[in-house]
Amino acid sequence: MLLSYEWLTKYLQIDLTPTELGEKIERTSVEVDSVTQRQAGLKKLVVGEIESVVKHPDAGHLNICQVAVGAGIVQQIVCGAPNVTVGKKVIVALPGARVAGNQKIKKAKMRGVKSDGMLCALDEIGFDEEIVPDEWKDGIYFLPDDAQLGDEIYHYLGMDESLLDLDVTPNRGDMLSLRGVVYDLAAILNQPVIFDETPAPALGQQSSATDISAAAPMELATQYQLQVVKNVTVASSPLWLQIKLWNAGIKPINNVVDVTNYVMLKLGQPLHAYDLEKITGKNLQVRRAQSTEQLVTLDGTQRDLDDNDVVIADQAGPVALAGLMGGEATKVTAKTQQIVLEAAAFSSVATRKMAQKEGLHTDASQRFERGIDQGNVTKALNYAAGLLQQIAAGTASQGTVVGQQTPVSETKITVTPLKINQVLGTSLQPVEIEQLFKRLGFEVTPTATQLVVTVPTRCWDLKLPADLYEEIARIYGYDHIPTTLPVTNTTQGRLTEKQRLLRQTRRTMEGLGFSHAISYSLTTAAKATMFNWEPSVETSMKWPMSSDHAVLRQNLIAGLLDDISYNQARGVQNVSLYEQGRVFFRTQAQVRPIEKEHLAGAVSGSLASANWATSAEPVDFFQLKGLVEQYLASLNLAGTIQYKPTSTVKQLHPNQTAEVWLADQLVGLIGQVHPLIAQSFHIKPTYVFELDLEKLALAPKQVQHYQPISAYPSIKRDIAMLVGEQVSNAAIEAVITDKAGAYLQSLTLFDVYAGNRIPKDQRSLAYSLTFSNPQATLQDEIINQKIEKITTALKTEFQATIR
Amino acid sequence: MSLETDLEQIKQQGIEKIKEVTSEQQLNDLKVKFLGKKGQITQALREIVNLPAAERPAAGKLSNTVRDQLQSLITEKQQQLATAALDRKLVDEAIDVTLPGKNYPVGHPHVIQRIIDEIEDIFIGMGYQVLTGPEVEEERYNFEMMNLPKDHPARDMQDTFYITSEILMRTQTSPMQARTLEKHDFSKGPLKMISPGVVFRRDTDDPTHSHQFHQVEGIVIDHHITMADLKGTLAQMLKEMFGDRLEMRLRPSYFPFTEPSVEVDMTCMNCDGKGCLVCKGSGWIEVLGAGMVHPNVLKMAGVDNQEYGGFAFGVGPDRLAMLKYGVTDIRDFYLNNLKFLTQFD
Ligand SMILES: [Zn+2]
Repeated sequence: MLLSYEWLTKYLQIDLTPTELGEKIERTSVEVDSVTQRQAGLKKLVVGEIESVVKHPDAGHLNICQVAVGAGIVQQIVCGAPNVTVGKKVIVALPGARVAGNQKIKKAKMRGVKSDGMLCALDEIGFDEEIVPDEWKDGIYFLPDDAQLGDEIYHYLGMDESLLDLDVTPNRGDMLSLRGVVYDLAAILNQPVIFDETPAPALGQQSSATDISAAAPMELATQYQLQVVKNVTVASSPLWLQIKLWNAGIKPINNVVDVTNYVMLKLGQPLHAYDLEKITGKNLQVRRAQSTEQLVTLDGTQRDLDDNDVVIADQAGPVALAGLMGGEATKVTAKTQQIVLEAAAFSSVATRKMAQKEGLHTDASQRFERGIDQGNVTKALNYAAGLLQQIAAGTASQGTVVGQQTPVSETKITVTPLKINQVLGTSLQPVEIEQLFKRLGFEVTPTATQLVVTVPTRCWDLKLPADLYEEIARIYGYDHIPTTLPVTNTTQGRLTEKQRLLRQTRRTMEGLGFSHAISYSLTTAAKATMFNWEPSVETSMKWPMSSDHAVLRQNLIAGLLDDISYNQARGVQNVSLYEQGRVFFRTQAQVRPIEKEHLAGAVSGSLASANWATSAEPVDFFQLKGLVEQYLASLNLAGTIQYKPTSTVKQLHPNQTAEVWLADQLVGLIGQVHPLIAQSFHIKPTYVFELDLEKLALAPKQVQHYQPISAYPSIKRDIAMLVGEQVSNAAIEAVITDKAGAYLQSLTLFDVYAGNRIPKDQRSLAYSLTFSNPQATLQDEIINQKIEKITTALKTEFQATIR
Repeated sequence: MSLETDLEQIKQQGIEKIKEVTSEQQLNDLKVKFLGKKGQITQALREIVNLPAAERPAAGKLSNTVRDQLQSLITEKQQQLATAALDRKLVDEAIDVTLPGKNYPVGHPHVIQRIIDEIEDIFIGMGYQVLTGPEVEEERYNFEMMNLPKDHPARDMQDTFYITSEILMRTQTSPMQARTLEKHDFSKGPLKMISPGVVFRRDTDDPTHSHQFHQVEGIVIDHHITMADLKGTLAQMLKEMFGDRLEMRLRPSYFPFTEPSVEVDMTCMNCDGKGCLVCKGSGWIEVLGAGMVHPNVLKMAGVDNQEYGGFAFGVGPDRLAMLKYGVTDIRDFYLNNLKFLTQFD
């Protein structure tokens, strides 16, 4: 909400600059988005008077004006506005002036005729189109006749006022009016409040009830009152009133509508004025709309209504959207003479829902959503009626017509100084607290240990003791609250075992050369289910913003492939990324998915980039497998890890993919991304893995125990063989390990060969075995026997040829 | 010619020759020539028997002296040659040490994770537990128990991804506070926890909005926890993260789950509080929201709100990272551009 600093100074003694005041409000009440002046950035704009107007010889739409801008100073200005009129005071941009958009005005020739400046319309001096009165939309603006020639124009148009833009939180609806801000500032500045709001008495003899009747159910409007004002003369408002409105960001319309808006700004009570003669049946009632009904609102939009909408209706149908906007058909026009003014308190829930549904957020709906001062409805209505007598020469009828009047009372809240100090950490004396409440205008009745605080209706959002603690804290000042640390019984802070595993996982992956990626949990339906080894039902958003982020992911790999694609499209070819995060699995019967922590890694291009000393080896299965093995080794798992070939995961290479098993559990996948999938992501050959960290976290760990280092020499033997190429390394190692006996310390595959030098369909494998006995020197003979056993087994099991 | 003169001649000749030697081979040849079994000194010694007996000892001594002298010269020369050879080898092995080293892959932590870890460590040090909750939440915990009943205007502040009418993507990590409050046994001591994690808002992604971002929310509940304690705790956190020189201030704000509610500002790092574009000239930057836990939140979780109370706060690691490192587009955190990721360690 825009609020003029100068308006505030009419009610308060303010020794602060507008910026300082803004800061004060921000520190004590609500955020202040900006403090601005409409004149900011403008230069050399002065009052002029048009002395003569002559048609431009070569351009019919242009006029050559002689404009006086001071005693004896006349500028010739060529102007295209249709409304140039001799004798009118106008806004003159002199040569060297700055107008809206930081545009500079220079001496110029227009179609051969000298023009020393510009005559300005309101939008040309920075007025937003939305606040320019309709009558000034298509021409230059006329200043008051008594404006002094050569004066700067700003003061005449209120452009020298400082405007504070308050960002009002939902709990501070009271700050959406001058009255509320004045009361709040009075408390902040510790000043007494003088806020004159006594309505002028109605001059009419008749009662409002003679011309109108009203009905409103309490659940739709807790307050609903009407007052009639007769024989108004609808015209433009006086300039002072127009300035008040446009400086609050509201467009002046006519004196009647302007008065309703002015009272809303001043007192916080939204009002609406109907043309009484257009109300069918002389009755207004608040009701829910029917789904067959329609209403054209003041903005010209035809709205299809339903029973979620609350309307004001006459005998013929809806005439206004309650709390949002009036209807076109019953609006006040230049011809209107009889007025009915409406002041109400509409349900904040209904208003909010309607504003959302209709996409219509108005000054009125903003206030009704946050609530209004229900104790001030009648007064505001009377005040507006009184102003219409003064400004629109109307005659207000006596009294109001009450459609609904729910009793309103001040709230009494009991607090104790002890508790206030306990919550805030302060040591305020009861009398200091009492003083702070009084600054807010709250009455306080002290008892032995308590304070009974009477909260006026203008602070309707204060209901609980905690609400009052906040009032004390902010008026006392957050800066004055001490700075301490909690004193409690000792608590131990530490990460859980699983949290430690996640951290260790991230460190290890980074140590292995992977950078940490964080991708979106919401993805497309297609990507959500890729690379998945667990069956799961999709979890979709009801109203996604886009199909790109509509379904919860069941894997991390797809996100990493998106990342690789992004990088490779931007010339970064070697990408190694990992992600550790949640994936979401669900069965048809579950509404909420199960959330699991997963780890995934992806390498595309080379692990290390090439330079003069490093050849960029393209990543392969075994490179990635080595990294996965390193990671798994770092977890010190007790169970055996096995890699089992699989061709069932559609998005992975059917012959370069393995399931990762820990003991008897499937814990992950490793393999090459299927070439067709790589193509669809526009990425180079890429190797990926994904592991279920939940299972790894729960898996038993090895007990670490020191093994004495053998003082006896170990014995090394090699076994080389030719076997059928379908015989896997895992099978061969299993046989070797089985037959080697307890002294086998390590087994290393040191050579694999397939090619011209050996028969087709065969490959050559060579293993190095190291034996040792920590208790004694090993005898060659024993080892020879073991090797004999191993080779015999290899021959019988795999028809191996030992070399 | 006397033997003495002969030996002297041999000696002079030896010295000359050894001096001229340039290779190991030549030196070996000289050694044979002078000191070998058929060498000149051996020859000379053989002639001692022809001398009168009285002169023999002196001649023997002299020939030994000559032999020793030559031997030591040869040894010395041998060492010289070895040193020269090594020097030549080392010269041959010269490399350009300014050539770059071999490349090894290096991984980088994600800057947001780094900030979360940092916050976790600060609070662990102050005796807090770290508790992470589900990302798919029940409406009850995400909203109702946070004092945000249906139709509450503040729900508009948090546009939500719904899965069903009761299940949603959490919009904040505070539902974990409600879950923990429900279970915590206050007779066993205070509750001090933080809850980090990813949260979701139904928003269109742009430089300052992301439909997914991170939060760390914290809560402390005990008998006598004050707003002053909140101030001290947040000051401690900001000090550890940003250093001593930055100041902190509180301003009133509104959150449904706290009362009083405050917004916490910190001296703008960009301009040191002088005022700049980043802080819109104010010299202050909003860094987090906090407040005293609303009595309704405690009541709904079954906690006696007369006896217990405390504070809560929520920090946005994305925002902190943007402030700390001058990142201007929040989407950069989720694109995983290596040119971005590798800037942080
Ligand atoms: Zn700054």
